[in-house]
Amino acid sequence: MAHFKKKQAGSKQEIPTSAMPDVVFMLLFFFMVTTVLREVTLKVRVNLTQAENIEKIEQKRLLSYIYIGPERLPGNRLGEDKVQIDDAIIEDIGAIRTLMYDKLREQPKLIVSLRVDEASEFGLLTDVQKELQQASTFRINYSTRREP
Amino acid sequence: MLLKKRKRESAEINGSSMADIAFLLLIFFLVTTTINVDTGIGLVLPPPLEDDQEPPPIKERNLMNILVNAEGRVLMDDEPKQLNEVKASLIEFIKNPTNDPDLAETPELAIVSIKTQRATPYKIYVDMLDEVMGAYKDLRDEASRANYGVPFSSLQDESPQQEQIQDMYPKKISIAEGGDS
Repeated sequence: MAHFKKKQAGSKQEIPTSAMPDVVFMLLFFFMVTTVLREVTLKVRVNLTQAENIEKIEQKRLLSYIYIGPERLPGNRLGEDKVQIDDAIIEDIGAIRTLMYDKLREQPKLIVSLRVDEASEFGLLTDVQKELQQASTFRINYSTRREP
Repeated sequence: MLLKKRKRESAEINGSSMADIAFLLLIFFLVTTTINVDTGIGLVLPPPLEDDQEPPPIKERNLMNILVNAEGRVLMDDEPKQLNEVKASLIEFIKNPTNDPDLAETPELAIVSIKTQRATPYKIYVDMLDEVMGAYKDLRDEASRANYGVPFSSLQDESPQQEQIQDMYPKKISIAEGGDS
């Protein structure tokens, strides 16, 4: 009786895993650097509108956001339209002037991104824009989503 | 003397779980990361007018008045228009191919003035602004294709070609504050 011996590959069939932690760490650092952990807690509702002819803003550090929309009240209710800058709701529209002027001095190429709820009216935005003119932050951007 | 050879514990840190820890962190950051690009319609506001300063004189024919009223209706030079007609009539106004004496003299002189009212819905306003931007984009694309054979967006930033096209069709958009009338 003839014996057939199974031929075996000479090399071991294992992937070397010693470099895996390095690879994983590299990915980890990438995501750590790109993550923005703390976003502004929105106190107003902002559903952006859609538009077709829009431009991308690559330099995010030039941006400063102003949120305009109906205020979120406890119990899922919505109040009147309010302006939010950074973390606070601005009750006094006239305060925007100094606020934005200070930001402009820190970042002379400031772009103000206006994130306005689609259901809001133009009146409040007009007041904000007037304040922006007074603060000489002229570059603005109406934030919109891309039309699908 | 009996010297007992003691087994020394190795001073190395066990590194086998390092990959697990790294994976855990990696997954956490993967989940929390949002790579989003901000998009929107850019605009440059005009400087505020001093009280005693008269607005600079503009010929009526070079000015396209667009009014968006509280009901979201669009009026272009006192003619009611649908939103989807805005772009075509703007292109006609800016280019003025038939040398109509009521339309802009040259594209460089054309000014688009947008008037709104306090109760104008923001969505309609953005849609309208979108149409205006679309009109300028089409015109610039056309000029860029005619001169350089590529669309405007593929011209290099701050290149003389891009500046030339921008000078041909400068975006002169004025946002006028709305009266409540």
